[in-house]
Amino acid sequence: MVIDADTMAAVRRQLEADYPHEGCGLLVGRTMVDGEVFVTDRVPVQNVRLGDEAASTRYLISPEDFRCADTRAAAAGDEVIGVYHSHPDVGPFPSDYDREHAWPWFHYLIVSVKAGLVGEERVWQLLDDRSSFVEQDLNLKESKCL
Amino acid sequence: MPITINIPAPLRPYAGDRKVMNAEPGTVDSILKELVAAHPKLKAHLYKEAGKLQNFVNIYVNDTDVRELAGGETPVSGDDTVSIVPSIAGGRPSQLSVATPELEPAEILRYSRHLILPDVGLDGQRRLKGARILLVGAGGLGSPAALYLAAAGVGTIGLVDFDKVDETNLQRQIIHGTGSVGRSKLDSAEARIRDLNPHTKVEKFETRLTSQNAFEILREFDVVVDGTDNFPTRYLVNDACVLLDKPNVYGSIFRFEGQASVFDARLGPCYRCVYSEPPPPGLVPSCAEGGVLGVLPGIIGTMQALETIKLIIGRGRSLVGRLILFDAMDFTFRELKLKKDPGCPICGEHPTITELIDYEAFCGIDTESGHDGPEITALDLSTEWREKPDLVVIDVRDHHEWQICHIEGTILVPLGELPQRLNEFDGHADIVTHCHSGARSMRALEILNAAGFASVRSLKGGIDAWSTDVDPGVPRY
Repeated sequence: MVIDADTMAAVRRQLEADYPHEGCGLLVGRTMVDGEVFVTDRVPVQNVRLGDEAASTRYLISPEDFRCADTRAAAAGDEVIGVYHSHPDVGPFPSDYDREHAWPWFHYLIVSVKAGLVGEERVWQLLDDRSSFVEQDLNLKESKCL
Repeated sequence: MPITINIPAPLRPYAGDRKVMNAEPGTVDSILKELVAAHPKLKAHLYKEAGKLQNFVNIYVNDTDVRELAGGETPVSGDDTVSIVPSIAGGRPSQLSVATPELEPAEILRYSRHLILPDVGLDGQRRLKGARILLVGAGGLGSPAALYLAAAGVGTIGLVDFDKVDETNLQRQIIHGTGSVGRSKLDSAEARIRDLNPHTKVEKFETRLTSQNAFEILREFDVVVDGTDNFPTRYLVNDACVLLDKPNVYGSIFRFEGQASVFDARLGPCYRCVYSEPPPPGLVPSCAEGGVLGVLPGIIGTMQALETIKLIIGRGRSLVGRLILFDAMDFTFRELKLKKDPGCPICGEHPTITELIDYEAFCGIDTESGHDGPEITALDLSTEWREKPDLVVIDVRDHHEWQICHIEGTILVPLGELPQRLNEFDGHADIVTHCHSGARSMRALEILNAAGFASVRSLKGGIDAWSTDVDPGVPRY
């Protein structure tokens, strides 16, 4: 997955601000002819679990937020290609809960936020049989231009 | 006019890469059924095993979630559009909720190698101090687990055991020493833990874990470590953990092979999802019957300590949903993926076990040996044999056990060979079978009875009782 430095910086700022709660959002972009996925934008989404006790260990993006982001992306010829969320105080490895609730094909960017500061970042994709995630390359580009 | 179905991007690879499809009028259920029939690979992503929609799959008719309409029964006709809309959920691995007491200066020094490790650190160490861990069994698995948990700074270790330290334990139960032989295992373990780490509190439960006391004992602990050596207690520990929502750090050993997993029915399978029924009594020999390589429980028990520590500090990937099989002879680890069984009688969708049951009966154990038949004591056998020298005494142990020791005048027929060698014996002879401690000889008795031998008894307590009560010249093992 390719993401530009500005978009990534925005993701990091949001997730640090959301700490100690889990922050989340959608990744918008397109799949190139060679199969590489290129992120063009990110859409911060309010964690529906905010306000309940589980907000530091769970996130939820509502179907309405998803529809809204997807429709807007479609207008620009893009689509939602993935999701990002933070793991406050733990590593960026998908939990069983992540796996049980995952969609195939989407790229899941997990960012570890420890003591309020962004740490490790990794990208995952669900296997067809839902048994586990496979890590994908995270390729940071300086510029938004291809 | 056909109905339009909008397929979201993540599902398109499973639906012929199509964004929009058409369907005949019907209900939401019938349209989805048709869709899955045409594209079977969609099924795992749309439905749970029981045939219900996954809770992150939302179905909209036009602009309304069908949950606000008539659900799956919502009629769809004319120029309606059905959309499959993702909601997206996830979250970090959840942590046990434990107390986080302050560390004293002496503890900061003691745990310095943990404190400088970012994944433990001060927070993790305080969680360890606040944690209450119960070890069921202070034997082969419990010994290394207790030592490492105490060394790591676990604040409270509960121990359940009712045995005394025996000479034969010392080959593997490294928490006990030679000076503790004859002492209660709990007192012996407590003394060793206190010497290792005076900051760790030990709570002793000198009793057999039963359906009557399990809730009361387990309730007060955060994690249960299963170091049991028998099936009734293993099922009891599992069921009590499921009913109390506790993680169960499982380990078991047999000769050269060991297993480890973490059962937590809230996150994954339980022991019953994997082993729905116990093996028939006697099929799997205990360590006392089958032997065990002493270092093996050291390896497995240490893995249990590791998984327990990871659960407490909430770091890493736990063994939930994975079973590790270790073969010491080949030095290979295999990992099996475990699935939660929706039909599991205790953690499935329609549980039939809602309280603790009689686990001896569940495991088919109705006498101490698991089988029933006439027995003779070692002293009686000694007297009777002197009076009736033609008494036939069959040793049903294995060849290598015979080499350790045997009783003069007995005939060696290992249990596995007995059915083929019945013709070596006179059907009218008075026969006594014996083994190491009395279990296998009872099965031999049943084989002989079934073959028509009329007068068969089993030596109660086996060669071990012979050695203690009749002839100390026969070494015990």
